[in-house]
Amino acid sequence: MQDDDKMNEKGSGLSRRTFLKVSGISLSVPLVMGHRVIKVSGAEVKVFGPGKVPIQLTINGKNLSAQVEPRVTLLDALRNELDLTGAKRVCDRATCGSCTVIIDGKAVYACAVLAIEAQGKSITTVEGLMQGENLHPVQQAFIDNDAQQCGFCTPGFVVACKAFLDKNPNPTPEQVKKGLGGNLCRCGTYMGVRAAVAQAAQKGGRRNG
Amino acid sequence: MATVRSPTTEGRPYGVQLSTTMSLDPTVQSPQTLADVYGLLSERGGAVKIIAGGTDLMVLMNAHMLDAAEFLDIWRVDELRGITDEGDALRIGALTTYTQLIKSELIQQHAPSLVAASRTIGAIQIQNRGTIGGNIVNASPAGDSLPVLAAYDAEVEIGSARGTRTVAFNQFYTGYRRSVLEPDELVLAVRVPKLKESERDFFWKVGTRRAQAISKTVMAAKAQISDGRISSISIGVGSVAPTVVRAPKTEHLLTGAQLTATLMEEARQIIAQEITPITDLRSTEHYRRTVTGNVLLKFLRQLSS
Ligand SMILES: Cc1cc2nc3c(=O)[nH]c(=O)nc-3n(C[C@H](O)[C@H](O)[C@H](O)COP(=O)(O)OP(=O)(O)OC[C@H]3O[C@@H](n4cnc5c(N)ncnc54)[C@H](O)[C@@H]3O)c2cc1C
Ligand code: FES
Ligand code: FES
Repeated sequence: MQDDDKMNEKGSGLSRRTFLKVSGISLSVPLVMGHRVIKVSGAEVKVFGPGKVPIQLTINGKNLSAQVEPRVTLLDALRNELDLTGAKRVCDRATCGSCTVIIDGKAVYACAVLAIEAQGKSITTVEGLMQGENLHPVQQAFIDNDAQQCGFCTPGFVVACKAFLDKNPNPTPEQVKKGLGGNLCRCGTYMGVRAAVAQAAQKGGRRNG
Repeated sequence: MATVRSPTTEGRPYGVQLSTTMSLDPTVQSPQTLADVYGLLSERGGAVKIIAGGTDLMVLMNAHMLDAAEFLDIWRVDELRGITDEGDALRIGALTTYTQLIKSELIQQHAPSLVAASRTIGAIQIQNRGTIGGNIVNASPAGDSLPVLAAYDAEVEIGSARGTRTVAFNQFYTGYRRSVLEPDELVLAVRVPKLKESERDFFWKVGTRRAQAISKTVMAAKAQISDGRISSISIGVGSVAPTVVRAPKTEHLLTGAQLTATLMEEARQIIAQEITPITDLRSTEHYRRTVTGNVLLKFLRQLSS
């Protein structure tokens, strides 16, 4: 495997100069939208950084732009650059689910996806679930079933529940348990959450997109 | 839209200290073709860190435990995706996610243990991003797809600008978190021989809880049995040695033998001795030996019924 020790080599990364020095790889377009484009074998290869690069994200149907360093996670970009603070940062280790967002129909942890990697994809956060004045059925079901106490895990849970119901409109209790295993609640509201999913499933969790 | 704070200077949870060797501002290369990946790896191999689904890497990166100044993001290289039927075997692209494995009819039909293993990995959010190539190259002894690949005698397809080569999965690892992969190479795919109609397979993972649990011991096996006699058996075990392992002594004992209660008991004891587990934060050596023996017994009982 790629020896981790060899990864210790320090450096400022792939600067244009060192890149040209070490390789026969040619630089076709010096600056496109802040990232560099190089040619290796024919097709264009984007190189992001070092330094901040402008990015474009499609979030809840809107195109938003920000400037981030390439290492910044989607979660940090949402919270710190775009003022979308619904997704919460709890573990920052891809484990607790509080940062759950939907990318191209799939629930993922925003703390484990690079913001630059999320470009060109359709991202849904908890802020995008309401339609006008109406709560999404999952949101309403959380209220009706007292499915939160401190509420810190709730946005991630709501998004995970929506993604789950989109895929499993009529889940069994066993499927619900399994399908929501990626979200943790320190207050222990799991029973309420399961009841909420059951209610939203009956009402059609798919409604409102 | 407001741009007020820099994410990199934002307070980290648990007061995590920055690693002194970590570049705070790494570059990310984002190619779309395999040819470009080869080109980049042959220039920068050894200095660049491949990132696939990121479910192992991003955790390290967020914890400032990753010393890499350059990342090579392969997520957009579609040539590394897809499951194809090659007759006797299935070829699974390195970027295939657990969600895709679980949903694949080919995998369900011809490598059911791989579906069973994928279902136990992380939770939905991990299954949607985590890839089989990442599981292989991450080389954790606890990787849950690995015992299946070991028991099925899978092959790893490796590529670089120098060409492609195929390595038996059971010869892929050279030690704890070490493999035969050279710095300019990447894993392209894994080839899994189809389960034969006369064969039965098995997967069992023991963890602390059902979601997000790292295995204390994990076993995959397949066997051919007729009239109570085992004609062939292969057993892959994880979390009980520095790498995923086969259990050759136990396989030898069982091959060609009549599956009696005495033999099953003997096999249970042999496998418990043959593995080399350690005591760590998840479990003890004694527990791992005992439970691995019991898990094998479970499979053998299924076979005899
Ligand atoms: C909460 C949580 C739970 C988890 N649960 C489990 C579990 O139950 N069982 C389990 O086995 N794992 C588990 N994992 C670990 C992880 O999800 C898997 O190992 C996954 O398969 C890694 O794939 P990835 O694509 O995300 O890898 P990445 O993080 O992108 O990469 C992992 C390593 O592989 C290298 N790499 C990736 N693809 C290639 C390639 N094609 N060629 C060469 N090198 C490559 C990278 O350089 C890196 O060193 C869990 C992780 C988390 C965060
Ligand atoms: S903050 Fe992302 S999973 Fe916990
Ligand atoms: S309601 Fe407090 S963490 Fe879930």
